[in-house]
Amino acid sequence: MLLEMRGLTKRFGSFTANDSIDLEIAPGEIHCLLGENGAGKSTLMNMLYGLLEPTEGGIFIDGEPADFESPADAIEAGIGMVHQHFMLVPVFTVAENVMLGREQLRSMRRLDRKAAADRVRELSSTYRLHVEPEPLVEDLPVGVQQRVEILKALANDAKVLILDEPTAVLTPQETDELMDIMRSLKERGTSIIFITHKLREVKAIGDRITVIRRGKVVGTAPPTASEAELAEMMVGRAVKLKVDKAPAKPGADVLEVRNATVIDARGTTVVDDVSFTARAGEVLAIAGVQGNGQTELIKMLMGLIEPTTGEVLLDGNDIGDYDPRRSLEAGIGYIPEDRAHDGYVGSFGVHENLVLDLFRQPEFSSRGVLRLDEIARNARSRVEEFDIRTETPTSSLDSLSGGNQQKVVVARELSRPLKVLIASQPTRGVDVGSIEFIHKRIIEERDRGTAVIIVSTELDEVFALADRIAVMYDGRIVDVVSPDIEREEIGLLMAGGGVHA
Amino acid sequence: MSQAVQERVVDHHHEVRDPHERRRRIKSVVVLGIALALLVWFALDAESDTVTYVLGDRVSREFPPQELAAGPVAWGCVVVLAIAVVLAALNLLRRQAVAVPVFIVSGLAFYLGFMVWEFRDQGGAFQAAISNPLPGTVAIATPLILGALAGVMCERAGVINIAIEGQFLAGAFFAAVFASLVFDAYIGLVAAIVGGVLLAVLLALFGINYQVNQVVVGVVLVAFAAGLTAFLNNQIPESGKWKEYLNQPPILEKIAIPGLSDIPIVGVALFTQTALVYLMYVIIVLVPFVLYQTRWGLRVRSVGEHPKAADTVGIRVNRIRWQAVLVGGGLAGLGGAYFTVGSSGSFDQDISNGQGFIALAAVIMGRWHPVGATLAAIFFGFMWNLQNQVGLVGKVPPEFLGAAPYLATIIAVAGFVGRVRPPAADGEPYVKG
Amino acid sequence: MPEVQQVEPPEGKEATLRTQPKWMDWLPTVRMTLLSILVALVFGAILIAISDDRVVGAASFGDAITGLGQAVGGSYWAMLTGAVGGWDAIADTLVKAAPLICAGLGVTLAFRAGLFNIGGQGQLVLGAIFAGYVGFAMDLPPGIHLVVAVIAAGIGGALWGAIPGLLKAKTGAHEVITTIMLNYVAASLLLYLLSNVNAFQREGQLNPRSHPVDTTATFPTIFSVHTGVLAAMVLTAVVWWVLERTTLGFEMKAAGANPDAARTAGMNVQRLYVYAMTLAGLLAGLAAAMTVLGQRLSLTTSVAGSLGFDAITVALLGRATPLGTLLAGLLFGALDAGGVQMQAGEGTPIQLTEVIKALIVLFVAAPAVVRSMLHFKARRDHGETTMAAKGWGG
Repeated sequence: MLLEMRGLTKRFGSFTANDSIDLEIAPGEIHCLLGENGAGKSTLMNMLYGLLEPTEGGIFIDGEPADFESPADAIEAGIGMVHQHFMLVPVFTVAENVMLGREQLRSMRRLDRKAAADRVRELSSTYRLHVEPEPLVEDLPVGVQQRVEILKALANDAKVLILDEPTAVLTPQETDELMDIMRSLKERGTSIIFITHKLREVKAIGDRITVIRRGKVVGTAPPTASEAELAEMMVGRAVKLKVDKAPAKPGADVLEVRNATVIDARGTTVVDDVSFTARAGEVLAIAGVQGNGQTELIKMLMGLIEPTTGEVLLDGNDIGDYDPRRSLEAGIGYIPEDRAHDGYVGSFGVHENLVLDLFRQPEFSSRGVLRLDEIARNARSRVEEFDIRTETPTSSLDSLSGGNQQKVVVARELSRPLKVLIASQPTRGVDVGSIEFIHKRIIEERDRGTAVIIVSTELDEVFALADRIAVMYDGRIVDVVSPDIEREEIGLLMAGGGVHA
Repeated sequence: MSQAVQERVVDHHHEVRDPHERRRRIKSVVVLGIALALLVWFALDAESDTVTYVLGDRVSREFPPQELAAGPVAWGCVVVLAIAVVLAALNLLRRQAVAVPVFIVSGLAFYLGFMVWEFRDQGGAFQAAISNPLPGTVAIATPLILGALAGVMCERAGVINIAIEGQFLAGAFFAAVFASLVFDAYIGLVAAIVGGVLLAVLLALFGINYQVNQVVVGVVLVAFAAGLTAFLNNQIPESGKWKEYLNQPPILEKIAIPGLSDIPIVGVALFTQTALVYLMYVIIVLVPFVLYQTRWGLRVRSVGEHPKAADTVGIRVNRIRWQAVLVGGGLAGLGGAYFTVGSSGSFDQDISNGQGFIALAAVIMGRWHPVGATLAAIFFGFMWNLQNQVGLVGKVPPEFLGAAPYLATIIAVAGFVGRVRPPAADGEPYVKG
Repeated sequence: MPEVQQVEPPEGKEATLRTQPKWMDWLPTVRMTLLSILVALVFGAILIAISDDRVVGAASFGDAITGLGQAVGGSYWAMLTGAVGGWDAIADTLVKAAPLICAGLGVTLAFRAGLFNIGGQGQLVLGAIFAGYVGFAMDLPPGIHLVVAVIAAGIGGALWGAIPGLLKAKTGAHEVITTIMLNYVAASLLLYLLSNVNAFQREGQLNPRSHPVDTTATFPTIFSVHTGVLAAMVLTAVVWWVLERTTLGFEMKAAGANPDAARTAGMNVQRLYVYAMTLAGLLAGLAAAMTVLGQRLSLTTSVAGSLGFDAITVALLGRATPLGTLLAGLLFGALDAGGVQMQAGEGTPIQLTEVIKALIVLFVAAPAVVRSMLHFKARRDHGETTMAAKGWGG
């Protein structure tokens, strides 16, 4: 079937998320939608899937106007979607998730679970998805959960499948497998809309590429276009893919982790016998696919969780049993991976968030009483220094854009002398301008002699910042390599295939 | 044989790996040990040789008091508990299939030992007898069970229902007024459902559509329902025909089910009951069936766990939530009918006396599962009935037993019965986009 | 955890200079609250009308309208004069408002720390037991006796508040459930003491009642208002100061708004829960002191009335701010005082005030309802978010 969007526009209040977008998906093509975070890709797809109603414009299927009031209409019309955050009920089985919304019944109006299980097995073998109907979704690895999502769409006879940032949670190997599945879907006539901001993937699999910037279509390109060209279209100007930085001048060992193991509440070993050293004046990047123990490792360094065995040494002192307050006071700065969750208080003002972990210092309070004038003065100077775009220094963080929220967190953590800076996914969901700014500040901090530890799942970021790269897989550090390493090689390490190990 | 050995080995490994398992085992031993110590004390503390008991809920011609050899029974209970402690110490209670019966038997033994102690050594001419706990338990548990299932219904759909108490009051009031008007207790039941549903409409409107914090809405709705029913009740003049027409309802008559009601001990308690109680039996079976075996139930649970996932497969989240909240309101309203047409007749200010909050506690203690909630409600009914049972004897102050269900709930939510996990989206209004 | 939506506001939103003073922010909130009160009073009027003989039993339509005017007008006029008609009425309002304000501050404080304290009732009962015991069982010189009794009340309430705080900190037990349960445990305890323990029993009473509190332990009265009322005002200022000016308040608010971020920033969230609940209990205990040592002067099973639950509605109406709680407490005190007059003078049941209170809070919590009822548009003001949805998760 031929799917067209004509003049599709979506406004939220005065903000235009999608501005008169025209897009055409031919039968059996893999159409890539390329754009930065916040460019409006998800809004567009949510309209296509009936989750949002267009302000203007329309959707046409084989030339006929289609009016989707809810996802049910979109599903009915043959559109399926695999969401970035999986739309699966964790406590349901695979079969229950697949049947949800289109349940078959047997006698006494009971659910026909057997029919659903058979359908799962049948589709799984047809498309080689390797999915079983019985297990609970929460017990499955992310890669399998994603295949359940695909299967769910196929069970509803999807002719057009939307994949929203599907590779963000996958290892390079799983990504390859996904691409195989996409090709086999294409062979059977299913069209695919593939949403991503990763240039490499677009070139690998796309038949056509449409680039979106700030809610507008800025152009279409063939997969033969160069990465630089695509990047420029995506960002709107020539992008420096490299950060300007001088070679590192590594100093003394500052932070040392020795044989640290963390076992979580479920009894799973999430950090497995990890040892490494961070040196002053050097950026150590911890690379790896999401969910391989990086989160727990960092929380352990911060004292948010205690290592089950092993030691964490800061300047030779064991800080393994420190709580976050002592870790902070010992000179560790922390930029958490999920800033909205851990990094700031949304209902607090910029000025309050800028002292969220500093308010005890004599500068900002004495004998338990806050020094409001100092807090306000600090806010004014940080807002200026870090170019935080806010209406007033007391506006709530919820009213700021993602990039500016992150700048508040960065400003706070860099506004005191540090021995170690830990930055986890420092630029996730941040616009390009802010990314460059934050990267620059991190390198400046390194050059000031701080030991910097970056955790990132984005290889681009790892290569841009790292002086050394530690690769994490399944709770272990499988290797520590220099940034001169080839991408393919590091991809293999991230998937657990050790070359040096 | 070899398999058993292997299992033991695995067990050992398991013990080392899982601190939770160890803690649970220690907890079991400690609790059973305390119960054992109390039972020993109960057995040593009392002197008289016999206690009397009746199979009915009070002494009557049909149920004459009978005697029981107190000493042997008391020590028998001690033996049962001692065995349970040993089993727990040897870590043989790991599997639920073993643990549950052992705990049930231990509980019954503790109850028996306690009752025997409580009723021994009574001074004075009149000897109170241990009565059958079942009739009182069923009576007290009826509204609690209906209220708890109402709570399960709402919360499984992702709407917190603190307003069960308000729905009780609305149901009780409507039942009394409408049953009085038409002089038919069954009309009262229908009216009670309407009353509960009306309050549920407010909960749904504010909690789902206007996205107000559902705990806040619940608390306020209880105050609203309590104030409104009390106000309207006070506006009914005591004099003349008014009271008769508006607040002197007929009471549901008890219907004996032929055959079943003749079963000794349980027959009269369970099967000579009002239509409301029989309806409750049906609902106890129906709610789990609907939630776990039907299309609607699957959808209700999906909107309570992950509303967006439900939305993306075309389920109208808020419509399902409305339905579940209204069904819940109807159930709780029906529970409210117990307080008027189901037992005493006229409505009085705050007639449900906070039991709606106990039903809420049963929801949580039952881990948001209909069967668990029902069992918790029965447990609360049992404890309250115990308070009435021993009220006359007075070795243990009845206030202490009255507080026991509340303390039990606190202990339960503090983690003794395992981690309780509410539906993931409970209390979160769903906003599209 | 709810999924975090990434909302990107329009780009290029340049810094603009703030032109209006900060207190202007509260104007829409104040307006919305007044409208809520108005709408609730209209509903109350409808209730009076449909249940009054003069309206329902009227012979003609004209009579019904006249009856309506008489019934509603009469009831509300009686309420108004009972609340603020003369010094005695105002004094009555203040005396009734004082414990409401104080207990309401307890709920407010806990609310800001992210805890929904439904246990005001139990904390009041414990405070009352402690205050009453010191009041009638100990023999101390004037002045000191009062101080000791008030401190005892605070300790009693604080202890009862600390329990759910500790349970939440140690085991994660949800405070809504534990506080509700502890309310009943406290009620059982009070009943037990009054009916089983000699020190608490007074002979020749039909209902359980304790000895009267010694005059040395009662609040002195100035212009027929006991000094506890003054204490409520002072406490409002103290709670405001703690929340807005101290590091403890800063930490409690952070823990309430985003416990994960607070923990990451080095705050001991668990300990803050305990502090917040203890302080909340302390305030409820002090409210009990005002009731026992200023108003009722002896213990009965209903010594706390429904103060603990009213305190929740007061805090909600006050949008969990100290000043708002003070004003809401005064309003509810006035409704209570006026309600008595309304019942005595017009025969309108006093429970009408409970209905009106509940409706006011309901409308305040859902401004959108009032707006759609009155057909006027306003931008979302910041008071609207304080009671935003929250699940069992905390």
